[in-house]
Amino acid sequence: MFHWGSSSIKRKMSWFASLLVCGFLILAFLLVDSRSASALPLAAGKVYAIPAFARKYGMPCSACHEAWPKLNNFGQTFKDNGYQMGNDRDAPVFQQPAYWPIALRITPNWHRESFNRADITNPATGNTTEGQLTTHGFDLSGMDILTAGTLAKNISFLLVPSSDNTGAFHFESANVRFSNLLGSSWLNIKAGKFELDNIISEKRVLALSNNGGIYQIYHFQPATEDTNMFSFGIGDNQIGAEISGHSKNDYTRYSAALLSSNDGNVGLPNGHGYDTYLTFSQAFEAGSLGLQRVGAFAYIGRAPTYLAGGSLGVDGFGQKSFYRAGFYGLWYLKKLDFMTMYTHASDNAFLGTGIPSYNPLPTGAQSPIWNGGMIETHYTVNPQFILINRYELIRMSRQALPVDATNPFIPGTSVPSSNFGDIDAFTVGYRYYPFISSRAGFAFHNEYSWVRQRGVSPVNGLDLSSGSLFIGFDFIF
Amino acid sequence: MRANKSMQWMFLAAALVALPSLAKAQQGEIHVGKVTGHAGSGKQLYYRFCWGCHGFRGDGNGENAPYLNILPRNFVAGTFKCRSTATGTLPTDEDLYSSVGRGFNNSNMPAWISLTNQQRADLVAFIKTFSPRWKTDKPGDPINVPAEPALTLDSIKHGKELFTKLECWKCHGPEGRGDGPSASTLTDSNDQPIRPYNFAAGSRFKCGATNHDLYKIFMTGLDGTPMPSFADVIKPEDAWDLVHYLRTLQVAHKSPELTLWMSSKEGAEIVNAQKIVGTPTGSGIKQ
Repeated sequence: MFHWGSSSIKRKMSWFASLLVCGFLILAFLLVDSRSASALPLAAGKVYAIPAFARKYGMPCSACHEAWPKLNNFGQTFKDNGYQMGNDRDAPVFQQPAYWPIALRITPNWHRESFNRADITNPATGNTTEGQLTTHGFDLSGMDILTAGTLAKNISFLLVPSSDNTGAFHFESANVRFSNLLGSSWLNIKAGKFELDNIISEKRVLALSNNGGIYQIYHFQPATEDTNMFSFGIGDNQIGAEISGHSKNDYTRYSAALLSSNDGNVGLPNGHGYDTYLTFSQAFEAGSLGLQRVGAFAYIGRAPTYLAGGSLGVDGFGQKSFYRAGFYGLWYLKKLDFMTMYTHASDNAFLGTGIPSYNPLPTGAQSPIWNGGMIETHYTVNPQFILINRYELIRMSRQALPVDATNPFIPGTSVPSSNFGDIDAFTVGYRYYPFISSRAGFAFHNEYSWVRQRGVSPVNGLDLSSGSLFIGFDFIF
Repeated sequence: MRANKSMQWMFLAAALVALPSLAKAQQGEIHVGKVTGHAGSGKQLYYRFCWGCHGFRGDGNGENAPYLNILPRNFVAGTFKCRSTATGTLPTDEDLYSSVGRGFNNSNMPAWISLTNQQRADLVAFIKTFSPRWKTDKPGDPINVPAEPALTLDSIKHGKELFTKLECWKCHGPEGRGDGPSASTLTDSNDQPIRPYNFAAGSRFKCGATNHDLYKIFMTGLDGTPMPSFADVIKPEDAWDLVHYLRTLQVAHKSPELTLWMSSKEGAEIVNAQKIVGTPTGSGIKQ
């Protein structure tokens, strides 16, 4: 359902409809029998839909997740041990033959997306103008089929066929891991497609809306770049091999990965290049406040600036370098915790301007540099209720193209301002888990997320902002 | 003078008001080293991590209990396997704290070492609120563990004799494989079948990994299981001999005891006879 134009009545109606639907969903949720687990009689805890790990080990979701899907240190340790508890009960031989390590997750939802300056073409006149664009309605998320576990002691796997909301599948993750090599937790090797070793994990993000469901800071590329040719995000799963290690309690961790330079895409579309990702983190105890962690990461990569080939295949050429580096911290004040992150990044001038390397660079072109910051706050009232808040900002410190304030963005020539492409993003929401079980997970998710990017509106080159309102029933079984 | 008396009365009144609350606060506290555990904080952790197996009421009747072949500990009963204290007594706070961090091999209880020291202490404080025993009984005194004597072949041989004399083999089997004649009849305090420890498999002992831990296991017994305490029937020096011999039964686990034992003709013959080379699929098994 689309609305365009400036009719205030239509806008009010849109908001009224939004409020009505929100109210209806919340009312429906409140009316359903959703007594908390602690209020249930013991025998009522039998649910037959079963998430893989919780079922295997008989633990509630809250054992490994601060609030699922966000891991706590116990869950992170379990993951870093190759999905093993280390109590000699991890291998499949200890499971009943009927055990099948599989879980499915999907989120039916209602959401509202709004852009302040969209390019809208009037079908009657063919004229394109800028105006507010709002759409809302019931929808589905994509679906994840999560299969993971051990093949044998110290050999584990993760396979995640994942679909978008139309049912088109791809492999989000597919890897095998050899753990505790030489009998040491400091030596583990993983190969395949996997999430980079991000403690602040985008795959376990607590926000789900179009705007909030990603970390902007992990995916930002200057607005001057050709993202059809070069697209990269630290949040994207990559293909390669990783060596990693950790102390027994996971307080100290490291990883080093060698990755194909294709942002996780299969089939070697931009082949013959390799990237490196390095991480290190250290946790320390702060009495009753909880476990604090600080860490650093660096991604050094290369990407082609053009494709060439013929009937026998196409490959990427003119590879140029880029990097992302940063620090992060997880800070706990009992139930209140903060995730903070700072990133510094730069792309080669050819990548930054989207110019193939066989062409000369425009006059004044240089490598774009930018910095990003993020703070995400959670207040975990109890394992069943968590409040979420996030603010991200990304600031260009050097544009790839010269600044010409008198003109709008002219691709390959100039940018209108020094803050062209800067991003501010804000998310607020909560997740309520009406029951905690070792068999299935369910969350009522409500979130609002807003993003503004400077100077990128499609027609007039003004600031473009968008808002996402999301109400969903997130379930996994 | 009158002012002094008034002050004294005020102090007394304040003390009378404060003492019960102080006592109440201390009731839910435990001390492990420099860490003070609080039952209030432990309660939140328990209902995050533990209730799935140990149950809402700590009675070991969590929603997963029916699916576990070694039932979760019933904290209400107040009986604990891993103690440094004599059989029948309550464990020390340190014992419980170590158990939480170490976990129990071959059961579903993982090592909670990734929790902070404070969190583990808090959990122990809360676990102690489940059983009335903690109100009526005091934890036992840790048993005295004398220094380990030097390892000798004689010590191992004497331990071997004790293994036979004390009839350890009846449950653990003559080769320590957990297949003694009584093994199939054993049940724990929950009337659940229980297997004696299989030394040959070489996994960590239930209550620790060191010789010191092994000494404590058979001198304190594993309460709630058929494993009794031998404190009344064995002298400390003999107990160490038994420790040395038991280590040689762990044929898959390299230890100084096994190395020394294999340096003797008798030991090498016994150990080589016990070893099975290969995998359960048969590959690599010497025919």
